[in-house]
Amino acid sequence: MSHKLTDGGQVMHVGTLARVEGEGAMHIEYRDGTVTDVQLRIYEPPRFYEAFLRGRAHTEPPDITARICGICPVAYQMSSCWAVEDACGVEVPEEIRLMRRLLYCGEWIESHALHVFLLHAPDFLGYDGAVEMAADHPDVVERGLRIKKAGNDLMDTVGGRSVHPVNVKVGGFYRYPTREELRAVRPRLQRALDEAVQTVKLVAGFEFPDLEQPYEYLALRAESGYPIEAGSVVTSSGGAFAVRDFTKHIEEFHVPHSNALHARLDGSPDPYVVGPLARYSLNADRLSDVAREAAREAGLGDTCRNPFRSIIVRAVELVEAYHEALRIIDGWTGSGPASVPVPPRAGEGFGASEAPRGVLFHRYVLDDEGIIRDAQIVPPTSQNQPSVEADLRTMVQSWSQLDDHALQHRCEQAIRNYDPCISCATHFLDLTVDRG
Amino acid sequence: MTVTDRSDATATERTRPTLAVWKFASCDGCQLTLLNCEDELLRLAGEVEIAYFPEATRAVVEGPYDVSLVEGSITTPEELERIQHVRQVSRRLITIGACATAGGIQALRNFGDVAEFRSIVYAHPEYLSTLSRSTPISAHVSVDFELRGCPINKRQLLEVLAASIQDRKPRIPSHSVCVECKRRGNVCVTVAHGTPCLGPVTQAGCGALCPSFDRGCYGCFGPQDTPNTVSIAHGLRELGMSEPEVVRIFRTFNAASEPFRRESERHEQGGPPAGEGEDA
Ligand code: SF4
Ligand code: SF4
Repeated sequence: MSHKLTDGGQVMHVGTLARVEGEGAMHIEYRDGTVTDVQLRIYEPPRFYEAFLRGRAHTEPPDITARICGICPVAYQMSSCWAVEDACGVEVPEEIRLMRRLLYCGEWIESHALHVFLLHAPDFLGYDGAVEMAADHPDVVERGLRIKKAGNDLMDTVGGRSVHPVNVKVGGFYRYPTREELRAVRPRLQRALDEAVQTVKLVAGFEFPDLEQPYEYLALRAESGYPIEAGSVVTSSGGAFAVRDFTKHIEEFHVPHSNALHARLDGSPDPYVVGPLARYSLNADRLSDVAREAAREAGLGDTCRNPFRSIIVRAVELVEAYHEALRIIDGWTGSGPASVPVPPRAGEGFGASEAPRGVLFHRYVLDDEGIIRDAQIVPPTSQNQPSVEADLRTMVQSWSQLDDHALQHRCEQAIRNYDPCISCATHFLDLTVDRG
Repeated sequence: MTVTDRSDATATERTRPTLAVWKFASCDGCQLTLLNCEDELLRLAGEVEIAYFPEATRAVVEGPYDVSLVEGSITTPEELERIQHVRQVSRRLITIGACATAGGIQALRNFGDVAEFRSIVYAHPEYLSTLSRSTPISAHVSVDFELRGCPINKRQLLEVLAASIQDRKPRIPSHSVCVECKRRGNVCVTVAHGTPCLGPVTQAGCGALCPSFDRGCYGCFGPQDTPNTVSIAHGLRELGMSEPEVVRIFRTFNAASEPFRRESERHEQGGPPAGEGEDA
């Protein structure tokens, strides 16, 4: 909705953002084509997870933090497991790490397929949503649902359930899936890999507004392979630090208009970006041949700075996730125990992994019985919130000649480029609301 | 967003029941369960008119709606008002998930942490928009059916939707997870391995998922109809759980459901007094 202000300015306000996870609104004020105020308002009610975690046992974070977000529960489970194991001085064997990576591939697939086909593609093809889109493009929607289902099947097989998997625990898994169970999902994954390659071609054919953003990118980078379940932190300006130093570089702060914290990197006033664009731009050399080839054919260079093209990068990451899942299944021997003991001890531990929307960081302080004394969680959407606002500012400024309807749609799309997970962003302990 | 006035709709369109999906304080996982019905989603969209579902579409068809699915619990003054509106525009209101049926994990604020939360509240007097308790939808408006689970189960969701379209009672069992274990041919994790398990007091629906993964049930579907929580708590103690652990196992996603709340409080101060027994 757009209306004029008495001083000649204009306000554009969208009260309920559609096709995002969680509840948010957008508020933009501009005068003579100059943007004077931009706010992504996250009004999703806070749920106080960091407070709930205090007094719980060190074994509990994977089940509790999963409930922060139904779309990316595995990300919460993995980051919390790494952080608790770090605090307890336990390193899990390679087999367990690989099984975590396999489960995480399922989540990337489910989340990216949901976003690409059901939430984001309708913007490019001009529909209100996927159901409306299915009337004219049944093949596209059906393909999307098949691709998504294969990811959910993988999560069911490894995690027991796709929303809030039951099989993850600190130290590993309650039990490994059997070779037969893994073999049973393989053909579906193989078929979906081919369909994912087609998807990269499809979305690369969409029309993209010209826009290059100068942001600093931040992502994990692992010793080998594309960053998913682990790694250390790197930035596009050459920064590099260990996950345990995350809070030395990333500072969270709050702004009056949002129930979610914002974050800044090394005190810089410029926003930084996490998520597919950042991961890709910092790790393109680590993609498998099939994903690199798909990216090349789609016209992506080694970095991508157009936020609208994030849909292509997500599709490339879908290819990568399928390829990686098949590689892990094919090499799986299932030797060794499904979990290692994690005896409690007093300490502080740090963990991070690449949620579908970007780096998700956890920190826990345990006492000597393993009871959690302090917890901190930094989700991707908080980190991206300043750059979403910066994009809106740039876009309203450069496209002020568009009519209200078109401009509003562009702006909504700009927010969906980030696939913001608003439920995740409002988990925190301390909150002030300015009703000014 | 596009608002469609239903008076424009053709007669055939109007014969399809309308479905609205609403969100309150939650993780979106129960709504996602609907979008995860990959094989059924398009067919479902043919049977019902998806009239309001912001997570999936910008389009809004004006109410009233034949069926409303409500996810999430009530945690803010704004939500208190909004749920009244949802009730007014819904012919049938179905709550989905532990948040909507029992206050969800955000109801942990209802317990001992209140003092801690208060101190936060007083530190920021402007902090007025969160209620000190998280409550289920049924605490505020009448609810036609409550579907349990954190998250809900996909097959159960489709059954509830089918039943409301056909105007019949949904076939949702109220027995415990134990029955599902037996049906599935699982070995009892408690009997075989001494693993603590809430299966005997937890409502069926998941298909006995955790025991099939060599894990004890942690109660994500909430209490079954007539749970003997006293006896299960006694069993948990015998298996070596401490009192604080017993408190915590009842205090997760269904912490504010009456039987689980009561049992956790019985164990809060170092356990129930000797002789206080099999509770009414
Ligand atoms: S019941 Fe569980 S899965 Fe459903 S919305 Fe609440 S936290 Fe999420
Ligand atoms: S066994 Fe219990 S905790 Fe596990 S999924 Fe079923 S109801 Fe939930």
